[in-house]
Amino acid sequence: MGLQYALFTGCVAKGAGRELLTSTNLVLNKLGVELFEMSDAACCGAGVASEDNVMVSDVVNARTFALAEERGMDIMNICVTCQGVHKKAQHRMAEDAEYTAQVNDVLKGETGREYKGKARVRHFAKILIEDIGLENLKKHVVKPLGAIKAAAFYGCYAVRPHTYSDLKNPDDPDEMELILEAIGAKTVNYPGRLKCCGFPILMMNKQNSLTMAGAVVRSAKESGADCLVTQCPLCHLNMDAYQPEIDESLQTPVIHIQQLIGLAMGFSAQELGMDTHIVSPSGALAAI
Amino acid sequence: MGDVIFRIYRFEAGKDSAPRYQEYKLALEPGITLLNCLNQIRGSQDGTLAYRMSCGSAICGSCAMRANGHALLACKTQASSLVKNGVIQLDPLGNFPVLRDLVVDLEPFWSSLRQVKPWLQPDTSDEPERERLQTAAEFHRIDYATTCILCASCWSDCNVLEVDKKFLGPATLAKAHRYIFDSRDAKTQERLERIAEPRGVWDCTHCGECSTRCPTETKPLARIEEVREAVMIAGVTRSPGARHAMGFRESIKWFGALNENYLPVRSMGFFNIIGLLGILPVGLRMMRKRKAPPLLPHFIDKVGEVRKIYKRFHELRKEAGGGGGKYEGDE
Repeated sequence: MGLQYALFTGCVAKGAGRELLTSTNLVLNKLGVELFEMSDAACCGAGVASEDNVMVSDVVNARTFALAEERGMDIMNICVTCQGVHKKAQHRMAEDAEYTAQVNDVLKGETGREYKGKARVRHFAKILIEDIGLENLKKHVVKPLGAIKAAAFYGCYAVRPHTYSDLKNPDDPDEMELILEAIGAKTVNYPGRLKCCGFPILMMNKQNSLTMAGAVVRSAKESGADCLVTQCPLCHLNMDAYQPEIDESLQTPVIHIQQLIGLAMGFSAQELGMDTHIVSPSGALAAI
Repeated sequence: MGDVIFRIYRFEAGKDSAPRYQEYKLALEPGITLLNCLNQIRGSQDGTLAYRMSCGSAICGSCAMRANGHALLACKTQASSLVKNGVIQLDPLGNFPVLRDLVVDLEPFWSSLRQVKPWLQPDTSDEPERERLQTAAEFHRIDYATTCILCASCWSDCNVLEVDKKFLGPATLAKAHRYIFDSRDAKTQERLERIAEPRGVWDCTHCGECSTRCPTETKPLARIEEVREAVMIAGVTRSPGARHAMGFRESIKWFGALNENYLPVRSMGFFNIIGLLGILPVGLRMMRKRKAPPLLPHFIDKVGEVRKIYKRFHELRKEAGGGGGKYEGDE
């Protein structure tokens, strides 16, 4: 039996970032990975629901973990925010057995389910490196992206707080670069690589939010990148959908990492939904 | 370990037009801290090198600086853990004006702290015979926040302060937490209302830099999250941040998923015409590219289970009554 995962799509991949789900499915199908979309799992709360009421958010997420456990599978996230929020919820419960019992008490009472602490939660990139293997990925590359200089953008929830990070060296990670190099792309090191994109405060302080997004895009562009590569659709939205408002002249496409992998596998930009991006990637990709 | 190059930021305000880096070579003794390396360099190589230090025991918070781009306490860090290709780069804390070398002007930090009245304001109408006591559980609520040593490491690396110096900042929000949750303080509601104002608790992006750099158990991000929850429980909900949180609650409860068409409108406020017009251009851009979320809401399967969980918590908060009790925006 090949690799199987319970896919937690997150809300954006079902809404304003549907191309993320499309490209994930294409890429993992090619790699022979079987995905079971968790159509019954609820929104992770994005770190906001827990600030309204931390326990209700933990119960809702414990339900998601229980659903994966019932299927006997680990969870794959394709949004770094969902992954970070899930890990934080698991961490809170792992540290406090009494609290976990209270969470399970409500969960069992209202849904008949129970979180046993078994379902592992990892992001696509982590699973790609750990379970699928970059050597295996390389075998599926038919169109190496040597002509592209890609700037990896990690996303806060992948990096910080270090306690919850899955990266080997969160202050100087190389996981995304290793994936990009496996598909033949050139990578650029740039100051904004581990910064915040500003998305979470878009509704509270748009000016600060977009200044932060702009600083990242500018930093990548000035370091010679043709495009930014994200592993969180929220970072993608802030830097892509708002880029014309930030600075029309930036013209730096923001691409989901799954899309770039898909290109190297021979899928067309259109199949991967790249035509839906606000900043058209066609210029950056013309060199391939 | 052989010689290590210390690449240190040098600048004197009012004298130098631009900063420069100066390199010093030092053989690391086993187990030596970064602070002791600096003491050796200043003692035997360059007496003009300026940095702050006092206790050398991670208690006073004076020796915070940036090593390889990240804030830390020099006295609490093994120098050997910082060597990268034979080099350790040292810079002053970020987000502050530099006075000289590794010494920054901390005034913005102190003036931010003063804004949240960092002192106990008990009920003076009822003067007790002796000191006001706390139970162990009451103290536990503020235990972590009281461990802050005001080193400003969190402030240095805060991503929001980089773009907005008027943001209250992580240490100040953690300090506010310490009084908001203090059982002896009588100004809780007033403090919560102050902290929920613009540039306050809702302006943090949860980037996590503060908690990562914090050398104590204060962990500002965790305290910020607790303050936000307290703001919600107290019913201080007239801010985009609180409406955003309510939008999440309503959306998850109704749909099981986030409704991306509902949330921005809810956060802006249903009657905030100017705010709503402000989000129109991005909506149109996204529609043109077929990127806009579908108009019909997406419901998860078995959404009834999620609704039952939320209903249960509504009852729990009502039962709890005290501690604010109000759970606005609910049935």
